[in-house]
Amino acid sequence: MAYLDAASTEPLHPAARDALLAAIDAGWADPARLYGTARRAQMLLERARAEVAELIGARPDEVSFTSSGTQAVHLGVLGTLAGRRRAGTRLVAGAVEHSSVLHAGALHERSGGEVEIVGVSRTGRVDAGAFAEAVARPGTALACLQTANHEVGTLQPVEEAARACREAGVPLLVDAAQSAGRLPVPGGWSVLTASAHKWGGPAGVGVLAVRKGVRWRSPLPEDERERRRVPGFENVPAIVAAAAALRARTEEAEAEGRRLSALVDRIRAEVPRLVPDVEVVGDPVLRLPHVVTFSCLYVEGEALLTELDKAGFAVSSGSSCTASTLRPSHVLEAMGVLTHGNVRVSLPRGVSEDDIDRFLAVLPDIVRRIRSSLGVH
Amino acid sequence: MWRRRTGGARRSPEAAQAEPAEPVQPAEPPALTIDALGRKCPIPIIMLAERINQVATGGVVAVLADDPAAFTDVPAWCRLKSHEHVGSYELPQGGWSIHVRRNY
Repeated sequence: MAYLDAASTEPLHPAARDALLAAIDAGWADPARLYGTARRAQMLLERARAEVAELIGARPDEVSFTSSGTQAVHLGVLGTLAGRRRAGTRLVAGAVEHSSVLHAGALHERSGGEVEIVGVSRTGRVDAGAFAEAVARPGTALACLQTANHEVGTLQPVEEAARACREAGVPLLVDAAQSAGRLPVPGGWSVLTASAHKWGGPAGVGVLAVRKGVRWRSPLPEDERERRRVPGFENVPAIVAAAAALRARTEEAEAEGRRLSALVDRIRAEVPRLVPDVEVVGDPVLRLPHVVTFSCLYVEGEALLTELDKAGFAVSSGSSCTASTLRPSHVLEAMGVLTHGNVRVSLPRGVSEDDIDRFLAVLPDIVRRIRSSLGVH
Repeated sequence: MWRRRTGGARRSPEAAQAEPAEPVQPAEPPALTIDALGRKCPIPIIMLAERINQVATGGVVAVLADDPAAFTDVPAWCRLKSHEHVGSYELPQGGWSIHVRRNY
């Protein structure tokens, strides 16, 4: 099978696998205790923290590990809102943020807070001017912006947003889940979140970095773990593996990113040429190196995914018929692009050019067959 | 769900319900009405594509649909096919009457 769904999860990096196996033996003990095996686990944990901190441009004491990227976002959003209560209760977020940001916002709203959603262009890029105006409104406690969109790959104007937030004195949470390990982490964040399994680390490790000086208060009952930011026993072996994967992935990022980006360019150019009535969505240039999304008119997304699976391709879709909610993806909706017949192809590290050739070879006939089954010729 | 939306390419179905920016009633009666209520995308779009040529150039087709995807997909189809999305009007029983002008 050709795995083309790296944006959902990247296969475990070999460096992470090696580190995980070693750390399962060496780092199983409780890092909060004082005997030898515990001190060893603590040393491994702190080494991983220092490594991740360096790679994301943070200080080690600013970095906490969570149990997922989603948990990092929930804690980042709700903890900063709690810490900034005196400044106000307004949360500003882009319309195409990950659902973890929007769900945290919905909870905030149910508790009496206000949420302002800033719209995006047809390519899925947040309107930087509207974002700046929104954060400047009185009472803004926090603004959230992803580095890049998880469904269409479009990069967001993080630098402009960071400038606007600095001028307004508003902290900016940057969700780097899709870009960490693939593109340099932009500066200017107050809170940074990421997820290890997106860069080839194991599942169950998220990163929450809170800049020194940013007011943050735990929205959960606290314990002594992770500088009182994340309750519960740390998964030291997985954290060690996550750091190893981030190091390895960052070192490969430039060369592999260039190679994947050329394959994405090829898919972007070839799909509309080979398949009639297709819209490739997302920004063609300001984009992640490994993600391309297109929608085929008159095709059911679920049928397309099923047929591609039968042909040996694992891809994802934002179409409503493939979602448990029966609602199309909020990303495609906010962009105002076709939501049906949607396919996201996201390339994992090391994907072969042959797989892309084969994908491009089988796609036209699959689309034609599905259309003809619906009476469209 | 959200109190306020600013900027951007389009509005969500909820935002359209919460703060209609378009007139509630269409200015021009449709020459053809396609009933796609209860049908899931892409069926409403397929019905529209099949039947738009039944009205004269410049005429309006109304697509009645209640699949939330249609709210986004009919206007997107218009853009891709160079027809005009005149407006989307809420139906009392839920869903929308989505009006499309045949441009060619």
